[in-house]
Amino acid sequence: MEKITCECGHENPVGTKLCGKCGRPLTEEEKQKKLVDMRYDGIAIRSKTYNKSIIDKIWNFFSSVKVGITLIILNLVAASIGTILPQEFYVSVSSAPEKAKYYEDTYGTFGTLYYNLGLSDLYSSWWFQILVGMLGVSIIVASIDRGLPLHKSLKNQRVKRHSSFMKRQRLVAEGVPTAEQGKTLDLVEKKMKDMKYKVRREGNALLAEKNRFARYGPYINHLGLIIFLGAVMLRLLPGFYIDESTWLREGELRAVPGMEGYFIHNDKFILETYDNEPTEEQLKQGVNVMAKNYQTNVTLYKQQEGDLPGQTDNLKVVDKYEIKVNSPLKHDGYAIYQMDYGLNELKTMKFALTNKTSGDSLGEITIDLSSPETEYILNNDTRVEIVSYLPDFSGFEEGVPQTASPTPNNPAFIFRMYTPEKPEGETSFVAIQQTLEPLGENTYKMSFQGVETRNMSGLTIRKDKTIPFLFIGGMIFMLGVAIGSYWAHRRLWVEELPDGTVRLAAHTNKNWFGMKKEMDAVTAFAHLPAYIDQVEAEKEESKKEGDNTL
Amino acid sequence: MSLIDLSGNLLFVAFICYLIGTFLFGGAIKEKEDTAAKRADKWGKIAISITIVGFLAQLGYFITRWIYTGHAPVSNMFEFTTAFGMFIILSFIIIYFMYRVTALGVVALPIALLIIAYASMFTKDVSPLVPSLQSYWLTIHVITAALGQSILSMSAVAGLIYLLKNVDAKKATKERFWLEAVMFFCVLVIGFVVATTAFRAAGYEASFEHVTQEGKTEVVEYHMPAIFGPNDYVALSEDRMTPFVEVPALFDASKMTTVVWSILFGSVLYVLIRLIARRSVTAMIQPLLKRVNSQLMDEIGYRAVLIGFPVFTLGALIFAMIWAQIAWSRFWGWDPKEVWALITWLFYAAFLHLRLSKGWEGKKSAWLTVIGFLIIMFNLVVVNLVIAGLHSYA
Repeated sequence: MEKITCECGHENPVGTKLCGKCGRPLTEEEKQKKLVDMRYDGIAIRSKTYNKSIIDKIWNFFSSVKVGITLIILNLVAASIGTILPQEFYVSVSSAPEKAKYYEDTYGTFGTLYYNLGLSDLYSSWWFQILVGMLGVSIIVASIDRGLPLHKSLKNQRVKRHSSFMKRQRLVAEGVPTAEQGKTLDLVEKKMKDMKYKVRREGNALLAEKNRFARYGPYINHLGLIIFLGAVMLRLLPGFYIDESTWLREGELRAVPGMEGYFIHNDKFILETYDNEPTEEQLKQGVNVMAKNYQTNVTLYKQQEGDLPGQTDNLKVVDKYEIKVNSPLKHDGYAIYQMDYGLNELKTMKFALTNKTSGDSLGEITIDLSSPETEYILNNDTRVEIVSYLPDFSGFEEGVPQTASPTPNNPAFIFRMYTPEKPEGETSFVAIQQTLEPLGENTYKMSFQGVETRNMSGLTIRKDKTIPFLFIGGMIFMLGVAIGSYWAHRRLWVEELPDGTVRLAAHTNKNWFGMKKEMDAVTAFAHLPAYIDQVEAEKEESKKEGDNTL
Repeated sequence: MSLIDLSGNLLFVAFICYLIGTFLFGGAIKEKEDTAAKRADKWGKIAISITIVGFLAQLGYFITRWIYTGHAPVSNMFEFTTAFGMFIILSFIIIYFMYRVTALGVVALPIALLIIAYASMFTKDVSPLVPSLQSYWLTIHVITAALGQSILSMSAVAGLIYLLKNVDAKKATKERFWLEAVMFFCVLVIGFVVATTAFRAAGYEASFEHVTQEGKTEVVEYHMPAIFGPNDYVALSEDRMTPFVEVPALFDASKMTTVVWSILFGSVLYVLIRLIARRSVTAMIQPLLKRVNSQLMDEIGYRAVLIGFPVFTLGALIFAMIWAQIAWSRFWGWDPKEVWALITWLFYAAFLHLRLSKGWEGKKSAWLTVIGFLIIMFNLVVVNLVIAGLHSYA
């Protein structure tokens, strides 16, 4: 590999801006500058050095900060577009035509356009995911591109730097100490050590440095982000992520979807409301009562070893739980959440087999609406047969009664009643507030006696094995961003020249105000010549600046 | 005096303190060269003392309301926005003692005042928490997020001062136009407060029956003369202004009316200011900030982002994800508020990269801090009130 040899004899890789040993500027551009570019301590960055093969080109593309920032902005803009109208998963219809209709009905032409462009499901679109992926690649490449050489350079710092490096720092000073000449370096060392700096000396030169680890903050937080994004992708692997939901009626025992071998029994659903008066704002929104608590008391069961799938006669109780919003059931890596509820679903209906003229009853039957019997026997010659059961009766089609769903929202029955008077049986169609006698006038009727209702709980079952990884990624990110934000890498170079003058240069990667305070302290303690801020000095030449107290 | 009345009075005391503080900070940076340092010292000390008194009063409001309601008072628009104003003051006090820069108060305090005044236009009713908010994560997540946002807002304060000082108010440039637009926007907030207060004082009420998007008939009550009438409305109150335009059910005619009245009041106010002062608002403020150290202001703006960014990440993203996983069963669901928190985060990430790697300092950096603040305000106002989502407050 080609090298640039500095005047001091040190060999630097191609692309180096400042000599790694003495700090002399190596490029023409750097030589022209009034202040050196200390961003990466003048190291050679791979992407700025090679641009030949296709791999170089791809590498250079993703390592570019300009590309990185562009990707951030593109992600930002794309994400914002997805908030203009509600996304599909917040719309309570399921099929594609229904969705299209929803967007058209609710938002008109714009809604149709939004839907057709796929913006209503933007966050799972291929192009959005590619944008996020490219940002991820950019983070990886840019971090490697800069992080490794920076680490090498910071590790191999020399104490003594060339005057061209020192003079081009932002904070500089040169002159004869006002007192205790000759002891300057000792005094500086003492004061800097008091201020928690690490001090190294080499002959007549001194380097005081602190918080070097702050330079690693950005690379640590990028690592955290990569782990986080990686963990999000883990979800695609089978077994890492389960998201199921189920309706569980009171008193019902059901296999837990997605949670093999487990059964759950709904002991009771509880809805509590506040008894206070609703506020004006709530009334405006049509809220009359405010919910205080949604809770499902459940018993979780587990099958024993060797049980067949679906076998429920040999279950072992795991535990009883109260599932509330904000307090899910947690077991074996699974969590069961209280998400929804339905009140007063019909559970049973009670009918009396009644003589239409006398009103005498031959007996009552109670029909369990989730699993009705085919026949209810009252005595030897009296029985009721259910010819047809329509849990959610929606009308007749070509004379045949239809059901809209298997949920007993609007139950209807075709009964065949066998009585001592009519041993051959009579047929009756019974729905809520509607009775038909399709095969002629009957003697008996099924008279409605009452219903029993029950509540049901909408539960969501989740397993997310990616969460520990996400958490680790998040913590590493926070650690990195805190290190990078709350600590500053500060360095002070001092050289005592043979004629008794002292040359100083100081650098910090941020918070110059804090650096200057420490410079003030060491200047006073070691009687150093006053330093100047070359950035402010430059500005002041063109325009008179105000004082620091304002 | 009941606890909730005491709480309200403390908030009022805080508001008055901030108002006085604003003028004292203004006095502290008056442009008399000869006594400037002394003046800054003397007036500045009084100003920051009054500000701290105000902050303590507001903290008193916060604590008494917390005790009264039994939960951290950050659960509706009034409570959250007021707390946001309080945290801006807190961030200002912290930054003040780090840098001892009095000029920050001249901008930070009015911004906090506007935010608190805006907050008090919403209902102050105490309402119990719905089940999804009943968690200690409400306290942790919302307070950390609000604190992060308010520290980030301090960067916009420094940025605004930088721009007010460095944008030439005499030359017609794009910069001058946009800076004046920011000033105009602040006047619009005053317009909203004035309009709401005026119509409320007059006891204006008008009810309309209308048909909602779902086809239901509902009654809506206006507290301002209706410029926009709701879908298929029937006026229920007599002798009230007839709406000029009827809007489809998709739009909230009542909110649109409020917005237009605020713009009307704000614009009139702005024109009056211009007519009386015969100068732009920028030009009026500029002399006050003549002696501000731009370099330091630039650094404070950057530092505030550095301090606020991790706090914001923790509160608005990490704590938010943890709570979302507990309450809604998923840590991330692309809810508008979540998305806008992400957008804010991405924006400040872009800011940091532009500053570090592209050397965006001075005016460019200052403009970015102002845009960042606008994104934060958008997330507070528009996302809560206009875009429907899980975070929508009353």
